[in-house]
Amino acid sequence: MEFLKDLWGFFRERKKWWLMPLIVLLLLIGLLLLATGNTVLAPFIYALF
Amino acid sequence: MYILGISAYYHDSAAALLKDGEVVAAAQEERFSRIKNDPSFPRRAILFCLQEAGIALSAIDIVVFYDKPFMKFERILETFYRHAPLGFKPFLKGIPIWIKEKMFFKQMLRKELRTLGRYDETHTRLLFTEHHLAHAASAFFASPYEKAAILTVDGVGEWATLSLSLGKGNKIEVLKEMHFPDSIGLFYSAFTYYLGFRVNSGEYKLMGLAPYGDRSSETTLRFAELIKERLVRIHPDGSITLNQAYFNYQTGLTMVKSRKWEKLFGFPRRKPETDLLPAHCSLACAAQIVTEEILLKLVHEARKETSATALCLAGGVALNCVANGRIIKEKVFDQLFIQPAAGDSGGALGAALAAYYIHAGKERTCRQPDRMKGALLGSAYTDAEIRELAEEENVPFRSFDNRRELCRHTARLLARGNCIGWFQGRMEFGPRALGNRSILADPRYPEMQQRVNLKIKFRESFRPFAPAILKEEAASYFDCPVCSDYMLLTAEIRDCYKKELPPGYADLEITEKRRIAKSDYPSITHVDYSSRLQTVDRETNPLFWSLLTAFKEQTGCPMLINTSFNVRGEPIVCSPADAFRCFMTTDMDYLVMENIIFDKKQCKT
Repeated sequence: MEFLKDLWGFFRERKKWWLMPLIVLLLLIGLLLLATGNTVLAPFIYALF
Repeated sequence: MYILGISAYYHDSAAALLKDGEVVAAAQEERFSRIKNDPSFPRRAILFCLQEAGIALSAIDIVVFYDKPFMKFERILETFYRHAPLGFKPFLKGIPIWIKEKMFFKQMLRKELRTLGRYDETHTRLLFTEHHLAHAASAFFASPYEKAAILTVDGVGEWATLSLSLGKGNKIEVLKEMHFPDSIGLFYSAFTYYLGFRVNSGEYKLMGLAPYGDRSSETTLRFAELIKERLVRIHPDGSITLNQAYFNYQTGLTMVKSRKWEKLFGFPRRKPETDLLPAHCSLACAAQIVTEEILLKLVHEARKETSATALCLAGGVALNCVANGRIIKEKVFDQLFIQPAAGDSGGALGAALAAYYIHAGKERTCRQPDRMKGALLGSAYTDAEIRELAEEENVPFRSFDNRRELCRHTARLLARGNCIGWFQGRMEFGPRALGNRSILADPRYPEMQQRVNLKIKFRESFRPFAPAILKEEAASYFDCPVCSDYMLLTAEIRDCYKKELPPGYADLEITEKRRIAKSDYPSITHVDYSSRLQTVDRETNPLFWSLLTAFKEQTGCPMLINTSFNVRGEPIVCSPADAFRCFMTTDMDYLVMENIIFDKKQCKT
């Protein structure tokens, strides 16, 4: 929660809303990585990026 | 009120602890971990700071980090976005660590802190300061000035690569900034890279190499013109625009586009550890000339914008003591203070000072000479610990009860041409050894530079040594109008000590130039008669001052070679064990730790 609050605060202060989709996407990938223990998705993610 | 400042995760991580605004302790992690420029979380450095203050982590009121990770991430993402699909490689390399760890920086920092001890997260606040504000605070709040212009110049922080501020009392007002990708630090690092040195640590080598080039030679001047024509546009206020067609740090994993540079300067990138050719020296010299031109313009701008009479400098570029020497000579400002830990390690201290004065709004009183305590802010060890080490190593030693006698004896050994490891009191904070973790030698011996470089430091023979001189004697020997307590200025040796150079000197090879004695003190006089001076103050470092005084009484010479107590590629020694190991694996003759002297001849048998 604190992280999301800080992230929202960052967007409000910097007003770089266009970065939001990119950061959210990266965050989702990060969460997926965490959820799968960094192994199953890792090759897919490296290939994607 | 206790404030802990932290710098980490880029290079030179460090911790600094303030108690009611007073610097209690500060140290770089590399000294404890023994990994040069260690970027990891400064666990050991923090533990040392807490131990020095005699407190637990729970007593800390504010923990403050020296930059803003979200803003840094913003810069990285924007740079990738702007150049896509170029920059795919660095994107692949850099992004995983961000999405895995660095985006959750606050949580990561808290987790690391919890490993150091229990603390109440509602009591201990976690703050983040902007990178250049931390640098500015490290210079201004530590300085003795009530009002000063502040210039911070480095590679890059979040977005800023340079800032000009006005410091007044307990406030810092940012007046101007220059943003990535235009950067004086990265400009200098590009030459460091092209000339075969390591970026972020080899910049000193580039600076040491530059005087081997002839400032007025046709090649150097042509290179300087080419740099200004093609690589960098210098604006009247000292800001710059880098021609990104020649640089690769935004979209690649190298600093420059080597083929373009080769076409421009007529020689390929020097491979590390290969021979240094005259063209390399000329390019280093040209890069130094252009950097000085930029910095001098900036200093004039700082004076114009602030009308202050004092200037404070910080950021990695402020460690360019040749440029600092030029700034002094130009006399744009009456007074100058350079933060001794001007690089990222000093950011830890700056962040803590910014939190104390700007965030907490505490009152600031100025103090002479400054608040850095001679930069002697690190760990110290007792005679008992050193005796214990001697017993463990089973080596004989001689102990002195009287420190005056210790200095006299050490001075005698130095005058006989011995190289001595000098380990005393608290370790220095910042990149310079200022007489507490130093290797000392007599500067009058012509062969001393080569001996110390090759047999003790195991480093490039072209690199010069710095003199540590009694403050009261400095003006008689060097053309330096101000003190240089932190070894951050170069000055020319006085004419009466200079030796005439042979005809055709400018055209000689680097090895030949080095062999010719330039002054009566050849080991500390660089090829252009300059020296990176340290003036030693009686109040700040009384023991080192006493040693220099004893040496002067015996020899008439008030200075010594002072080089950091380490070998190439290693951090400066921290503990007696580090010092003893370094002593035994090099050609040093004696090791003096506190009141105890080890003789190599006796240690080997």
